[in-house]
Amino acid sequence: MNIHEYQAKEILRRYKVNVPRGKVANTAAEAEAAAKELGGSLCVVKAQVHAGGRGKGGGIKLAKSAAEAREIAAKMIGMKLVTHQTGPEGKEVHRVLVEEGCDIARELYLGIVLDRSIGRLTMMASSEGGVEIEEVAARSPEKILREVIDPAIGLQAYQARNLAFALGIPKDSINKAVAFMTGLYKAFTESDCSLAEINPLVLTKQGDLLALDCKMGFDDNALYRHPDVQAMRDFAEEDPREVEAAKYDLSYIGLDGNIACMVNGAGLAMATMDIIKFYGGSPANFLDVGGGATTEKVTAAFKILLSDKNVKAILVNIFGGIMKCDVVASGIVEAAKQVSLSVPLVVRLEGTNVDLGKKILRESGLDITPGENMADAAEKVVKAAGAAR
Amino acid sequence: MSILVDKHTRVLTQGITGSTGQFHTRACKEYGTQMVAGVTPGKGGSDFEGIPIFDTVVEAVKKTGANASVIYVPPPFAADAILEAVDAGVDLVVCITEGIPVADMVRVKRVMGETKARLVGPNCPGVITPGECKIGIMPGYIHKKGPIGVVSRSGTLTYEAVHQLTELGLGQSTCVGIGGDPVKGMEFVDVLRLFQDDQETEGIILIGEIGGSAEEQAAQFVKQHVKKPVAGFIGGQTAPKGKRMGHAGAIISGGQGTAADKIKAFEAAGIRVAKTPAELGSTMKAVLKGA
Repeated sequence: MNIHEYQAKEILRRYKVNVPRGKVANTAAEAEAAAKELGGSLCVVKAQVHAGGRGKGGGIKLAKSAAEAREIAAKMIGMKLVTHQTGPEGKEVHRVLVEEGCDIARELYLGIVLDRSIGRLTMMASSEGGVEIEEVAARSPEKILREVIDPAIGLQAYQARNLAFALGIPKDSINKAVAFMTGLYKAFTESDCSLAEINPLVLTKQGDLLALDCKMGFDDNALYRHPDVQAMRDFAEEDPREVEAAKYDLSYIGLDGNIACMVNGAGLAMATMDIIKFYGGSPANFLDVGGGATTEKVTAAFKILLSDKNVKAILVNIFGGIMKCDVVASGIVEAAKQVSLSVPLVVRLEGTNVDLGKKILRESGLDITPGENMADAAEKVVKAAGAAR
Repeated sequence: MSILVDKHTRVLTQGITGSTGQFHTRACKEYGTQMVAGVTPGKGGSDFEGIPIFDTVVEAVKKTGANASVIYVPPPFAADAILEAVDAGVDLVVCITEGIPVADMVRVKRVMGETKARLVGPNCPGVITPGECKIGIMPGYIHKKGPIGVVSRSGTLTYEAVHQLTELGLGQSTCVGIGGDPVKGMEFVDVLRLFQDDQETEGIILIGEIGGSAEEQAAQFVKQHVKKPVAGFIGGQTAPKGKRMGHAGAIISGGQGTAADKIKAFEAAGIRVAKTPAELGSTMKAVLKGA
């Protein structure tokens, strides 16, 4: 789960990690009031959407007065912000963050990520802030500094000093940097973050360190122990189909193809998308119905698949292990009746009670094309989608 | 021979009184696995279909000589269950549970680093040595005893591979599902090492997916140490960046962990990559014959 910049900064404040003074505004009038509260001189108006690259897309603007902040906010709120992360359709801006300006001496990068190969958190820092860290990693990997953190003892002060000195932070500010990094680590672990990025981390002319921007993501598996974080969830930022699917414990990701698929198991679901592509088709989604595909679940899944107007055909690929094929087949038949299928349906069943399952499909009276194996099913569904075009 | 488990393995179930624990303990017992104990705190002294239940793992191990544990407890308690099993001295812990917080697994991995115990999973189907011992939720009947070692991050895709192998008359020495989480116990490399040293294993199927760099490390290991033929597959060639594809660990982040990079690494290591998941079995057969 991701949150907005203003929410991430609220969390940082709780851990005494320095952030600029600021206030979130839902309307132009609120933005003007916020700017006045900050002193009425120079301030920054920042669109709050879950996507990077906002500056280039026109989502971050300087205002020289409270009146100008109002004008900017009026234009920004309601606009569709397009950045390299939003896709061409953009994301609607519902609120802005109004922040005081600051005297920037240097822009740095600080982040915490999981290093999967060793199973430990790593604090990363770079003297090249304000640009994407992936870009720095590709161009000059030596400019990325790393400290691996032992989970038993947490980030140690010497590790923070190692990073701070290597970043060239002046010695009078070193302790501030240590406090900043320690606070960030604490915020990360106590909130079960999956990612935290301060980019840029600003060193001001006065020698202070400030999180000018902050991106935070959270471990979905740990949300149950953080109701405060859950409350920050903004459903407007998420794909409504993914939200609907989650209600039924289905794992769904929308894509831009025209062949919908329903599969049991994440690995097989990915592989099914791949084989559709291999035979010249294009998958409309990833969908894992999980271990127990009940009629209710399959019905919900069909409805979500069919809500995508691009869909020209559906492929159901089930390897019944623990889940019996006859139970799945009954679920498919029942669901297909309920949603009155309007596109060709190809079903491939394999595994426990497969013959019984196939018999149920055959005798259902429904127009279902059986797939003999994964390859055959993929070929058939690609053909069906092509014919329907 | 085989790896990790065989007919002598004595298994206890943690979370034996839950519906999942009961269902699969019964299925494993029916397959022929020696299911010797169950553990559910507070239910000690009772039994599940003749299998004695204990309050603690340490007691279960002491009374029954169990040397492997399988875990079905819910995610908030699973990390604790793994550590309890490790502390009680079992050699192998198989954690089926899906949805354990990453931070919990980071701590578990830290502790595992100081012990000799092995962890398979979490978020995995388990381990099976056909005809001898099945620990986990895979359907036993699709397996057949034979010379192919299978290691995979996915459950159902492993069943798909095993099913294809069995249909082609190629049995399996041991199949290990290492799980779909980003922080886990055994990695590909750990399992590959065991397969390389196992006399009975003649060929290996390696099934990876997007996210992380375990496949690249596996490829490196295969190139340097594995003398047996290896066939592979990477799931998620059509997956978009930045989206978690069902498995917590299946995500391309920061341009890292793409299927294309992993396939390239496999091919550079001499691993024959199946063009589609429907060709996992036939690709293995071809490599085995030296074709």
